[in-house]
Amino acid sequence: MTSPLVEIRNLQVARGGQPVLRINALTIEKGAVLAVVGPNGAGKSSLLLALARLLSPERGEIFFNGNPPASESDLVYRRKVALVLQDPLLFDTSVFDNVAAGLRFRGLGKNKIRPRVEKWLARLGIAELKHRRATELSGGEAQRVSLARALALEPELLLLDEPFSALDPPTRKRLLDDLSALLAETQITTVLVTHDLDEALFLGDGVAVILAGELRQQGTPEAVFTAPSDLDVAAFVGVETVLPGRVVAAKNGQISVEVGAQRIEAVGHAQFDQQVYVCLRPEDVTLWEQADLPPSSARNVIRGHVKQILPSGPLVRVVLDCGFMLVALVTRSSAQTMCLEPGAKVTATFKASAVHIILRSDEPLNVAKID
Amino acid sequence: MYFDTEVFQITVLSLKISALATGISLLIGLPLGTVLALGKFPGRSFFLSIVNTGMGLPPVVVGLIVAMLLWRSGPLGDFKLIYTPSAIIIAQTVISAPVVTGLTAAALQALDPRLRLQLYGLGASRLQMVGSLWREARLPLLAALMAGFGSVISEVGASMMVGGNIRYQTRVLTTAIVLETGKGNFDIAIALGVLLLAIIFLVNWALTWIQQRGARR
Repeated sequence: MTSPLVEIRNLQVARGGQPVLRINALTIEKGAVLAVVGPNGAGKSSLLLALARLLSPERGEIFFNGNPPASESDLVYRRKVALVLQDPLLFDTSVFDNVAAGLRFRGLGKNKIRPRVEKWLARLGIAELKHRRATELSGGEAQRVSLARALALEPELLLLDEPFSALDPPTRKRLLDDLSALLAETQITTVLVTHDLDEALFLGDGVAVILAGELRQQGTPEAVFTAPSDLDVAAFVGVETVLPGRVVAAKNGQISVEVGAQRIEAVGHAQFDQQVYVCLRPEDVTLWEQADLPPSSARNVIRGHVKQILPSGPLVRVVLDCGFMLVALVTRSSAQTMCLEPGAKVTATFKASAVHIILRSDEPLNVAKID
Repeated sequence: MYFDTEVFQITVLSLKISALATGISLLIGLPLGTVLALGKFPGRSFFLSIVNTGMGLPPVVVGLIVAMLLWRSGPLGDFKLIYTPSAIIIAQTVISAPVVTGLTAAALQALDPRLRLQLYGLGASRLQMVGSLWREARLPLLAALMAGFGSVISEVGASMMVGGNIRYQTRVLTTAIVLETGKGNFDIAIALGVLLLAIIFLVNWALTWIQQRGARR
């Protein structure tokens, strides 16, 4: 394990007198890409601005390379990082001059700037745009210039604030692919702020979830997406079935949870009689027409009927009434083959390992219920 | 008598005085307008409204105040500046500085406020950030310069009051036009008027050329 480049301790950030972000502890390893996810207005961008020292924390400290903030001036620090915002915000000059801007700020000579700028223009596939006026570029080209402008600084820490959100899907996909390859190759430590979970999964070595101004979970993408730390995180990362239940058996890391009149088998640690939430992602649920199924490794087999069918792009969300509400995600063609329609009887199966258990505190259930 | 060396002398003096006044206004207005646009301090909007009011200062009122200050018995009388070209430069600076200041502030405030964050986020120092913003706003800033120059080259009231329209010393194109019109020499007054218009056109044409060259880059 490498040492952390950034360590945040007891950070509190306010804007306009209102606290907008609180983080007790957050670390960013050297060379890693941390995806910071959360809904709009959750405080993600405030984190990025605090990391760029463009927003002074009310409390707490951000250690860089193990050094406290007071160890160097804001300007010296800022010249170790580079910031890319949602809008490219290119300067009204040539593409070359845009990419050279940060290097000129650092006082580099012309003979050093030219090869560096040309190298990064080429690596972002925009070498031919060198002499073009930056304000005349398309959205995708402009964002490539913006990324080249930041990457040309070869920063210790790259801060990206939703850089792909304004792009059309094909352009976004190409840029994501290219950036992913560049980050893997250069090993520049990166913080990517996004509300797009696909982007976070694609680029992130780690994921931090910020909800309502608080860091709620930091971990590997797998950990966050399959084992959310609380109900809000579960709801945000797309765990659609969240059921309150009671542990009725617990042995060797396997537990049985009573949910209404049904029993759900899960893998996890909980004590007998403990109140828990059963969390399940819709893509982990398989639907069957018949009631009698061949033996399989799926420990949970539950009968129910279709309550609602909600188209979702090439997929269909099927809401089942099994005594509780269960959501399954199937392809449109599967739904047609199975003649799924409201009222149809189906069997749902899912593996015990697909079930994530969250221990219940006394706070009321505040995830959206499925009607 | 006109259309000889005297006309040439009057024209050069007019250009010198107004160019100097505009130059001084730029030295005052660019930093002041920048502070008013980008700074965060109590009373900022009050100062901005003072500057905006100053953009519409009547030249005769400026002439009156500057004349009272520079009058032999006035608080600055010891400098013996009344009825000198310096007095006209002072009065014209008072007229054009608010114009340059106000338009500079407006030009910078029209920029995307996130541009500042972006510049800092690329490692710009405060001065580099301001320099980059000026560069981004170069077209409206040149327009501010043109407006500043335009407000003084065509001004007559203050020049007359603090300069006195003294032949070979403080006579400028506008005061000469007033004098010749008063004497009934309409032909000379018209010729001087055409000359003044031509100068204003040439200066603005040069500045517009610089501005539009910047726009095409």
